[in-house]
Amino acid sequence: MRYSDNLHVKQKGIKMKQFIAFVNKEFRHIIRDNRTLLIIIGMPIVEILLFGFAINMEVQNITVAFYDPSPDAITTGITERIKENSYFNNQGNMPSMAKMEEAMQKGDLDLAVVFQQNFQEDLVQTGNAAVQLLANSSDPNRGSISATYATAIIAGYQQEQMELMHIPFQIQTENRMIYNPQMKSSYMFVPGIMGLVLMIICTIMTSVSIVREKERGTMEVLLASPLKQGTMIFAKTIPYMVISFIDFIIILLLSYFVLGVPINGSLLLLFLVALIYISLTLTYGLTISTLVDKQMNAVIFSAITAMIPVLMLSGMIFPVGNMPVVLQAFSAIVPARWFIDAVRKVMIQGQGLFMIWKEVLIMIGMTIFLLGVTIAKTKKRLE
Amino acid sequence: MKTLKFLIEKEFKQMFRNPLIPRLIVMFPTMVLLVFPWAVSFEVKNIKIDVVDHGKSIYSKRLTDKVAASKYFILNDTPLDYQTAMLNMENGKTDMILEIPASFDKDIVKSQTSTVGVAVNSVNGTQGLLGSNYIMQIVNDFSSEMRGELINTLPPQSRATIMNMPRVDIVPQYKYNPELDYKNFMIPGFMVLLLTILCGILPALNIVMEKENGTIQQINVTPISKINFILAKLIPYWAVGLVVMIISVTLAYVIYGLWPAGNVIAVLFSAIVFILSVSGLGIIISNYSETMQQASFLVMFFILILVLLGGMFTPVSGMPAWAQTIAAVNPFNYLTKTFRMLYLNGSTLADVSNNLFALGIIAVVLNGWAVFSYKKRG
Repeated sequence: MRYSDNLHVKQKGIKMKQFIAFVNKEFRHIIRDNRTLLIIIGMPIVEILLFGFAINMEVQNITVAFYDPSPDAITTGITERIKENSYFNNQGNMPSMAKMEEAMQKGDLDLAVVFQQNFQEDLVQTGNAAVQLLANSSDPNRGSISATYATAIIAGYQQEQMELMHIPFQIQTENRMIYNPQMKSSYMFVPGIMGLVLMIICTIMTSVSIVREKERGTMEVLLASPLKQGTMIFAKTIPYMVISFIDFIIILLLSYFVLGVPINGSLLLLFLVALIYISLTLTYGLTISTLVDKQMNAVIFSAITAMIPVLMLSGMIFPVGNMPVVLQAFSAIVPARWFIDAVRKVMIQGQGLFMIWKEVLIMIGMTIFLLGVTIAKTKKRLE
Repeated sequence: MKTLKFLIEKEFKQMFRNPLIPRLIVMFPTMVLLVFPWAVSFEVKNIKIDVVDHGKSIYSKRLTDKVAASKYFILNDTPLDYQTAMLNMENGKTDMILEIPASFDKDIVKSQTSTVGVAVNSVNGTQGLLGSNYIMQIVNDFSSEMRGELINTLPPQSRATIMNMPRVDIVPQYKYNPELDYKNFMIPGFMVLLLTILCGILPALNIVMEKENGTIQQINVTPISKINFILAKLIPYWAVGLVVMIISVTLAYVIYGLWPAGNVIAVLFSAIVFILSVSGLGIIISNYSETMQQASFLVMFFILILVLLGGMFTPVSGMPAWAQTIAAVNPFNYLTKTFRMLYLNGSTLADVSNNLFALGIIAVVLNGWAVFSYKKRG
């Protein structure tokens, strides 16, 4: 009894040693290729800095011109207000509507403010006067936001006039922006960039390197080793996990210290979320590696499935809530959606595990599912 | 010339030996154009809102109904206190909170004024800003309704000020895309994205694959000139890109009814100039990479930069000056602008000639570099 127990322990010890030796070998493989290592570590640094500073949803620098056939105190007042506003870039007064149209056609003009003839006179006598806002809406977002800004400025001007006249029944609104009071775009985009960059790196890293071994035949050599299939694949992914986690920490440090994105929630929880996401994306890479047998196809498959759905469906740029129901369902199978959600909640809104258990469970479930597919596929290949 | 012909034939044979490639060329554009235009919309509607009505009185209920009836908002809940509403916001169940004070009705009747509180989740800044603007519009409308109804309860003097109150009508009008359809704006962008991915990734893997397989050595020992070699690599991607464009333009018309308001030949022509520049970039990457893994990381790195700083998703004009400098040498930016002008504004080839000229220069520089960086001796 005792003897066999000992043997069991001994065998376990040997297995552990084999496992460590294998992990060690994989680490050496990766570190030896320092050019690739440089790319894997350097790529996220450059991208988080570039995109963190440059991607900006804010509509700025709106080119505006005015057409005012009969200038008076009020039209000049409104014109001045718009010119002063920092969102607008004043292109001056246009002599005619034809010139205005021409400038807009050329793309030189985002917004045209057109006052009616005898504006003040009509306003005082009939109590009514019209101002038209012509917005270039080939970019609908820019077009509608330009018009909204201008409307707000004109309405604000009118409101002030009304207050001067003591008009009754005015209900005020007190606005508070929660979580992102200065409305910085980086708060919204940094978690998205994290999700995108990690997804691309982890997926390509595992899928391409394993398929490469398949292509070259070195995989068969490994398969002949006494290590179990599952253990071997697990050992292969450990170094990648370490590298990806280093990437995550670098991205996090840069976004906190350089981009000024706060970490309002628990750092430990953030690490946990990242660890789960990294496992998930590495497993996805493994799954791809069992489905294809050419490196080229592994790259194409990883690149397309890791990039496009994350850009379009994860909520990184376009809010999931705006999508049609069918696409919302589609977006539920995009891993990055849950990661980005969880990171926004923990990092920016400062919430705890209690608020993100759903995202965490979904990511764990996806990992288990993909792992199952991978194991089933690998077994089949060997039979 | 004859050598080039044979080389091109070799490239085509090599390309189609992999059964994934022809499928990719047809399926990928079809899928992208079929599915993703529906996903892209910045239009802020269906904002979920919680109304905390402390008074539960006649006017506060009317204001709540008015908010719920607006096309911009979906009334999520009417919790009893602010804390519950805040919890909903933390859970992501609601985006906005409107808080109406208990004294709302009393204030309106007695002092003809009141204040409501609005809290917006502004992690998404645009949504936050527009959401609070919409609420303000609704509250202003409500105020003027009140004015109309309660005018008779006022002393004659105030009544006169309301009657004489000047009113400016603001009439917004949207040109070139009057329905503010985001799909029309994004579809030309998707075409550029497809070209960038296919005509960028495939060449980036091409030469490095020959390096890994060792077939490049066979080419290196032949008297083939560097220019012929690179040209033979480029031309097949031209063909691939053109097929992708024809599929895309057709699908955009069949599915979305979108046809260039300008010239369709101009669309194809500018695509051809663009393909040259991204394929050139791919070949440069391939020349400098040792393994396919390196090449794939590098090409993804550059594609992300081209796309995310190229004005497809976020406006170039909103970027800081240094990023606009990057955009000035970004072929993606030029083609996106060109396609949008040709599709939406009805511009002519002459209108977009500046962009095409820039694309041409970028293509010449990149391909010159591609020829230069291909070393026949390893």
